[in-house]
Amino acid sequence: MKRNLVEFWRVFRGNGMGILGAILVASILVVAILGPAMTPYEPSQIVRDADGRALIFAPPSVHPPLGTDDASRDVFTQLVHGARISLAVGFLAGFIAMFIGSLFGILAGYFGGWVDTLLMRATDVLLVIPDLPLMLILVATLRQMDLHVSPLAVLTLVIGLLYWTSTARLIRSQVLTIKERQFVARARAIGAGHWHIIRKHILPQIMPLIVANTVLILSTAILVESGLAFLGLGDPTQPSWGTMLNFAFDRNAVSNGAWWFYLPPGLAIVWVTLGCVLLGNVLEEILNPRLAMHHLEGEQHMVARREESRAEGKGCADHDSG
Amino acid sequence: MSRRNYLVRKFALALVTILVVVTINFVLFRVLPGDPVRAVIGRNVRISPETQQALREQFGLDQPVFPNQFLSTLGQWARGNLGISWSLRQPVSEILLSKLGNTLMLIGLGQVLSIVLGVALGLLAGWKRKTAVDVGALTFSLIAWAIPTFWLGIILLAAGSTWLGLPTGGILSPQNVGRPLYTVLPDLAKHLILPTLTLTILYLGEYMLIMRSSILEVLSEDYILTAKAKGMSHWQVLRRHALKNAMLPIVTLIALNLGFTVSGAIYIETVFSYDGLGKLFQSALVKHDYPLLQGAFLLLAVSVIIANMLADLIYSYLDPRVKAV
Amino acid sequence: MTRDDTPLLSVRHLSTEFLGLDGPAARALEDVSFDVFAGRTVGLVGESGCGKTTALLSILRLLPASGRITAGRVLFDGTDLLSLSEREMRRYRWKEMAIVFQGAMNALNPVMRVDEQIREGILLHRLLDVEAANRRVDELLELVGIPSARGNQYPHQFSGGMRQRAMIAMALACRPRVLFADEPTTALDVMIQAQVLELLKSIQTELGLAIVMVTHDLGVVAEVCDSVVVMYGGKVAESGTCDQVYNDPQHPYTQRLLQSFPDLQRRSQDLASIPGTPPRLSELPPGCRFEPRCHARIPLCRQVGPPLVALHTPAVARPDETPYLTGHYAACHLRLGEEVRL
Repeated sequence: MKRNLVEFWRVFRGNGMGILGAILVASILVVAILGPAMTPYEPSQIVRDADGRALIFAPPSVHPPLGTDDASRDVFTQLVHGARISLAVGFLAGFIAMFIGSLFGILAGYFGGWVDTLLMRATDVLLVIPDLPLMLILVATLRQMDLHVSPLAVLTLVIGLLYWTSTARLIRSQVLTIKERQFVARARAIGAGHWHIIRKHILPQIMPLIVANTVLILSTAILVESGLAFLGLGDPTQPSWGTMLNFAFDRNAVSNGAWWFYLPPGLAIVWVTLGCVLLGNVLEEILNPRLAMHHLEGEQHMVARREESRAEGKGCADHDSG
Repeated sequence: MSRRNYLVRKFALALVTILVVVTINFVLFRVLPGDPVRAVIGRNVRISPETQQALREQFGLDQPVFPNQFLSTLGQWARGNLGISWSLRQPVSEILLSKLGNTLMLIGLGQVLSIVLGVALGLLAGWKRKTAVDVGALTFSLIAWAIPTFWLGIILLAAGSTWLGLPTGGILSPQNVGRPLYTVLPDLAKHLILPTLTLTILYLGEYMLIMRSSILEVLSEDYILTAKAKGMSHWQVLRRHALKNAMLPIVTLIALNLGFTVSGAIYIETVFSYDGLGKLFQSALVKHDYPLLQGAFLLLAVSVIIANMLADLIYSYLDPRVKAV
Repeated sequence: MTRDDTPLLSVRHLSTEFLGLDGPAARALEDVSFDVFAGRTVGLVGESGCGKTTALLSILRLLPASGRITAGRVLFDGTDLLSLSEREMRRYRWKEMAIVFQGAMNALNPVMRVDEQIREGILLHRLLDVEAANRRVDELLELVGIPSARGNQYPHQFSGGMRQRAMIAMALACRPRVLFADEPTTALDVMIQAQVLELLKSIQTELGLAIVMVTHDLGVVAEVCDSVVVMYGGKVAESGTCDQVYNDPQHPYTQRLLQSFPDLQRRSQDLASIPGTPPRLSELPPGCRFEPRCHARIPLCRQVGPPLVALHTPAVARPDETPYLTGHYAACHLRLGEEVRL
């Protein structure tokens, strides 16, 4: 195990994209954790200038660095606080999706038969239904039900319940390959129970893949949350970046040219999403390496004779890319 | 596999999915507080308790929910009766139909552009893997994927209206509303540019990636080496052997994408105040107009399912490995 | 068609390697030389991984992207194919030299009709107009024993044997002068095998075709080949006419190889398999590559690689030209003879 980690780190270190992704994600995590310590204001605090007047849609200056919104509140503060909300919802929803997906994937792959058919058909059905309309009516209904839960919890749940399909498929195909391997057959032969086999033999093998896939799911969850929040389904008292954009749009930041209000939250979303995708892609690539070269590649280097041939009117092979 | 088996399976899946959608719709409707009678006749109509009871009987609301009410509601929906919108006081089906065309126009345009550009770029990227084109295309797709749909719309809206003088929303300028579209094409075009551009940028990346990986897979097949052994140039190999096979997954992808395109339309129509089904959905959400919300969901979901089914049908004719039986 | 005594195709000192992901390259071919004459068949034999297929791919320059030809010349009709540009090389492919790949299952495009795929080569090299091309396609199908009516079907509608024969028909479409066949009979059942071999022999007589057949089946070689090149670990171990090599094998590897194939004509023979495993092409020893498994080795074998020497008959050499490899050669320290200088 330790040797694998060392090997993994070696490959990872050499991969620029992976490093970049890691940096992007880590930086946002730092911001989210430090959060309130980074800014002197509260998100709903009204900022006043030297003379005590409110600053509505004030452009960025040294202080406040990202200007103010329509109610004279500091945008930077909201951004920093929003990080926590966006990430929290994204991560939790992502974990729910990952959990469901992995569970279904393992069950389908390991047991096969009707379990597999049932779960895979369920996946197919879910995939065909358009995601946003479904989420919107689910959220709308749940909120109408007066369940006394935070809107954010509703969002988290709905996202988690709908985005497990890709994970399920991926884990399932991995489990199928592992299942064919010797040690599983041996374990069965000596009478090991199903859960034992799954826990001891299958799970360790697919764990890295689950991790890689989770990172990718996270990026989706964060994006989806921002969209739902933009449509007003977030919690106005705990604004995420998406909610900030909802405010910006509804309160005419665009027509007022207050780019400092609608640009930064979006950039933040792109920042963290990109980071997760880069990281997740690299992880998946390392753990699940893909295609080698195809047939139309490599022609220019095929003839690489070291000694120069006595020219019979022609030199070494020319590069021709047809 | 035989075509008949293939289609039967796909048809069965579509049927089951529609059933699921309908059930979800029905169940959610029942979960909502408030008298279902209201949902049918509208919120602001005042009626006496006797009338209310009579209506309940008339609508069969005193019957058991399942299966009686369920089936009768299904029947209603199948006949196109989706209730009355609370906020607009009109039959839901009428409202939906009036906005359908606009959304189809927008989505259609955006999809066509993104498919054409995406496929071309994907082909280039896979063929010339690891060159500047490929890296550029991959980077673009990566970033495009990470950008929230609505935010890109906002950015383009701000940039387009400020720097290019493009309209900030709507389908037509106020003075042209109501006139037949073919008479006001320039105005329509100006209004369509930004939303279509947003859609195209977002979906371009996805088609590019799929085409690229499809081409990569095809180009690794043995028959490509045979083609090369025959003395064909790269372009000949691509055109005669690789393209047709590589494009098959695109058909499937288009079908798969329909669901996401619908979602994208909701965001984009909201940002651009584009009067289509997407904006309708969003405003129904905001106004808590449940009949409208429900009807719109039904329409959107069933359309996507049927479109998927059609795509599967077309695919079965395109791939000769699916034997005609 | 008369047989010339100048070789149609001359491979000299061909060396190919495959780059690894990290670490040393695998030297798949080293200093491989042999001659191919019109109207005659050369068999390339050896265990899997010995470089037979790589040799074919190197000649046609169809190596995968990690392949590099690092030395040698491939003279076809006097022209060194390795010095041509890719564009020039394309003119030789299929028209002069065609190849039937191992495992025809996937070598045919599944979504294109078979006759279309055969016709493609003809039209590509502009040999005939469409109508004439169609007629030739029908002829070719009949030649390989496939009713021409089935030409417009798809590959998956053919049986395995039919696909293999279709590949042969396809390879002959432009009437090439050399046909490379990579394991044409493996994965076919015995009856079909016999048919395919019959076919190749009759085509050869009819068209004066030179055939290079790669196989690990010595029985096949004995049946159809005129000469044989035995390869081991990327090098030529022994080469000569079939008579010479089968009746008087000189290289220890050839001797063991022949022992491990049952011969109905020789009675009560022990079937021996050769102990040990083939060498790793990325970690080759400095000496003879067969030495670890050789039953006749001497200390020198481990230190120095044996050169190819001419046995009994001297190499036909004209002082002003490169000699032709028409004699019996072996690369073994234990065999004495004049070293072949090409």
